[in-house]
Amino acid sequence: MAAGVATWLPFARAAAVGWLPLAKKTMPKPPVDKKSRSDEILFVNVSGLRFQTWKNTLDRYPDTLLGSSEKEFFYNEDTQEYFFDRDPEMFRHILNFYRTGKLHYPRHECIQAFDEELAFYGIVPEIIGDCCMEEYRDRKKENQERLAEDTEAGEATDAPLPPDSTARERLWRAFENPHTSTMALVFYYVTGFFIAVSVIANVVETVPCRPLKGSTKDLPCGEKYSLAFFCMDTACVLIFTFEYLMRLFAAPSRCKFMRSVMSVIDVVAIMPYYIGLVMPENEDVSGAFVTLRVFRVFRIFKFSRHSQGLRILGYTLKSCASELGFLLFSLTMAIIIFATVMFYAEKGTKGTNFTSIPASFWYTIVTMTTLGYGDMVPNTIAGKIFGSICSLSGVLVIALPVPVIVSNFSRIYHQNQRADKMRAQQKVRLARIRMAKKGTTNAFLQYKEDGGLQDHDGDNSALCVKNRSSFEHQHHHLLHCLEKTTNHEFTDELTYSEMCMTESVGYRTSRSTSLSSQQGVATSCCPRRAKRRAIRLANSTVSVSRGSVQELDTLQIQKCSARPQSRSSLNARTEDLKLNCEDRDFTAAIISIPTPPANTPDESLPPSPAMPGILRNSRSGSYAHETVKISSL
Amino acid sequence: MGALMVIFSVQPKQRRKRQDSVEDELELSAVRHRPEGLEQLEAQTRFSRKELQILYRGFKNECPSGVVNEDTFKDIYSQFFPQGDASTYAHFLFNAFDTDHNGSVSFEDFVMGLSILLRGSVQEKLNWAFNLYDINKDGYITKEEMLDIMKAIYDMMGKCTYPILKEETPRQHVEIFFQKMDKNKDGVVTIDEFIDCCQNDENIMRSMQLFENVI
Repeated sequence: MAAGVATWLPFARAAAVGWLPLAKKTMPKPPVDKKSRSDEILFVNVSGLRFQTWKNTLDRYPDTLLGSSEKEFFYNEDTQEYFFDRDPEMFRHILNFYRTGKLHYPRHECIQAFDEELAFYGIVPEIIGDCCMEEYRDRKKENQERLAEDTEAGEATDAPLPPDSTARERLWRAFENPHTSTMALVFYYVTGFFIAVSVIANVVETVPCRPLKGSTKDLPCGEKYSLAFFCMDTACVLIFTFEYLMRLFAAPSRCKFMRSVMSVIDVVAIMPYYIGLVMPENEDVSGAFVTLRVFRVFRIFKFSRHSQGLRILGYTLKSCASELGFLLFSLTMAIIIFATVMFYAEKGTKGTNFTSIPASFWYTIVTMTTLGYGDMVPNTIAGKIFGSICSLSGVLVIALPVPVIVSNFSRIYHQNQRADKMRAQQKVRLARIRMAKKGTTNAFLQYKEDGGLQDHDGDNSALCVKNRSSFEHQHHHLLHCLEKTTNHEFTDELTYSEMCMTESVGYRTSRSTSLSSQQGVATSCCPRRAKRRAIRLANSTVSVSRGSVQELDTLQIQKCSARPQSRSSLNARTEDLKLNCEDRDFTAAIISIPTPPANTPDESLPPSPAMPGILRNSRSGSYAHETVKISSL
Repeated sequence: MGALMVIFSVQPKQRRKRQDSVEDELELSAVRHRPEGLEQLEAQTRFSRKELQILYRGFKNECPSGVVNEDTFKDIYSQFFPQGDASTYAHFLFNAFDTDHNGSVSFEDFVMGLSILLRGSVQEKLNWAFNLYDINKDGYITKEEMLDIMKAIYDMMGKCTYPILKEETPRQHVEIFFQKMDKNKDGVVTIDEFIDCCQNDENIMRSMQLFENVI
C-alpha cells in the first residue's frame, strides 16, 4: 500500500460505524491484536551508526524489510537493537523514505550500490519520487548500456563461432562483421573498391573526351571508349550481383532481408544493367533506358554499409521528418502566395516571363532562397515592390527555421527517446499500480479462502492466517464489514466474468434472486471453491444453457425428510453447511453433482441422491459452462 | 496613438495578474494549522494523552500542513477500497468530519470525530451516523439522501462482486431501511425514530460494541 496509509487505517475503521445501521447482517468480530499497542522507539544500528525511530514509522510500509517481521532476524538481544551490516550513508536515505514517504536518489552515489541497498531493504525502486526519478532512470539506463557495450564488445564480434555453426551462419557473420576473418575483410574492401570504381566510371563517362580522328565534335568518354566502360560496368555489376545473392543465401530471415533498405538499394543499383541487357537496341525504348541509367547513381548509397556516419544521418533525417515536413509546408504556402501576387502584378507587362502562376513559382523560389539568378525579373513597380517583400520574407521563412531545425535535430532526438522512456515508465507504473490494487484485493480473497473469516480463537486458525500482519488483519476486517453491510462479496475478475457469461443467458424470478443472495452470504465461511459450486448449483438466477438442465436438490440430501422450501429452511440447511466447514472436501462432495457430458434434454431429472462421503471431483473449470436450476419442491 | 493605448491597456492587466499570483502564493503557504494544546484536547475528547500523541504524530506525518482537504481525503480513503470507487462516500464522510464546514479537516475535527466513534456512548455513535446520512443536515433523512449514501457505499464494492450487483440493489436496500426505521411512514426518518429503532435492533447493538478497540 502506498505512503503512510497505515496511519489512516484506524480512522477508516472507525468510520465504519457509519455502516452499522444499514447493515443487513451483524458485523464480524475485529481481529484482536495481542501485541502491545504502545508506540516505542526502536534502535537500529547500521555498521556502528545508531539510528532511532518510532516503531510506527517503520510499520507504515509493511511489505519492506524494516516494516515487516523480517527485521526480527536482525535483532540483537544483547544490545537490544537491530543490527545491519550495511552502508550507513545509504541507510539515511532509506530511513528518510519511511519518515517522509518519498524515496530520493542521492546523486553522488553509485547507481548499482543504491539499487542493491533498495533490494536488500525490500523497497521497489518505482516509488522514487518524481523529483529524482528522471535522474535515477537516466543513470540506470546509462549504466546498463555501458555494461551491455562491454559485454557485447567482449563477446560476439571477435569471439570465435561455436564449432557446429553451419557454413550459412559463418557466411552471414562474415558479411555483418567484416573484422572477424581475413576473407571477410578482403571481400569488404573489394566491394568498397568496386563501388567507388563504378561511381567514378559513371561520372567519367559523361566527361567530353577528345574527338575521334576525323571528326570535330566532342564526344563524351562513355561513347568513345564504350567497350571499356561496358566491361567495367559488367564487372561491377557481376560483383554486386554475386554479393547480393550471397547475402540473400546467408540471411537468417530471407523475407526480412529482402525488405530491408540496404537490399532495396542493392537491387536498384544493379537492375538498370540487366534491363539494359534485356531491352532491344530500339531507338524509342532507348530513351527510357537512358533514364534508367540514372538509377546507377544509387550505387553510392551502398557506401552506407561501409560508413556509420551515413547511417546515423539517414536515421536522424527520418526522425526529424515532421519538422522538415513543416518547413516544406510553410515554404509551399509562401511560394504559392507570392507566385500568385507576382503573376497578377506582372500580368499587364508585354513580353513578360511571368506567363502563369506555375511559371512564377520558379521566380519565387529563386528569390526566396536568395539565389537570384536573374532570368526572371519583375518590370512593374508593383511587381518590384512585391518582389522585394518576397525576398525579405524569404530570408525569414528559410533562414529562421533552419537553425531551429538544426537544434531540433538534437532536441527532438533526445526528446523522442525521453518520451518513449516516459511512456514505457508510465505503462509500467500504471501496471504496477493496477497490480498493487489487484494484489490488495487478491490478498483479501486469499484471506477469505484460507478461512480467515471464521471466528477462530488462536489454535485452530491456519498458520498462514496467523502470519498476517495486524495491518492486514484490520484491513481485511474493514473489507469484510463492507461486505456485510452491502450483503455482497468481493470476487475476482475471473469469477465475475464467468458469472456474467452465465447470467447473460437468462433471468429468473426475483424470488429466486433473494433466495440465492441469502444463501450466498450464508456460505461465506466455506472455502471459495466449494462455495462457488454451491452457488452455481443453488443459483437460481442462472438459467438454461445448451439445453442441459439438471434439477438439483442438494440440500435435501443432507436432510432425510423433505422440507418445504422456505427461507427459514434454507437458512437452516446452510447452517448445516456451516457446521461441516472443517471437512472442506466432504462438503464439496455433497454439493457437487457433476453433469455428464451427454446431457439428457429432459427438463426434470429425478434428484440423484449423492451419498455423503462419495467424493465426486469435477474440475471447477467445468462449472463455468454448467448451469443448474434449483428444484422447486 | 492607438498603439500607445493598446500598450497601456496591457500593462494594468499584468500588474493585476502579478498581484493575484502573489496572493495565491501567500495563501498556499499560509495554510498551516496548529492544533489546540494537548490538555485542551485531552479534556474535550476521551483519548488519553499518549493516544493523542500517537494520533497527532501520524496525522502530522501525513499532512504536514495540519489540515486535510477533500481531495487528499478522497485519495486516502480510496486506497482502502481498491476495487471500487470510494470517492462519493469519502465526500460524505468528509462532510461528516468537517463539523465547522470550512472545507478542510483539521486535527481537532479528526480527533473529535474519532473520539465519538470509538469512545462515545451508543447514543452519540448513532447521532454521528445520523449526521452522516443526513446530507443537507436538516434533521431528516429523506429517501433521496439515503439512496445517495447507499449508492456511494455500493460503489465502493466495485464491479466484481458476488452476487452481481444490480441496478436496483441500492434502492431495495433503501426500501428495507425505511421500512424498518420510518415508524410513522411519513417518508422521512427523524433522529428519534432512528435512535429508537437502532436501539431496539440487536444486530446493530451487538456490532456497535465491536469497534471499541480500533486504536
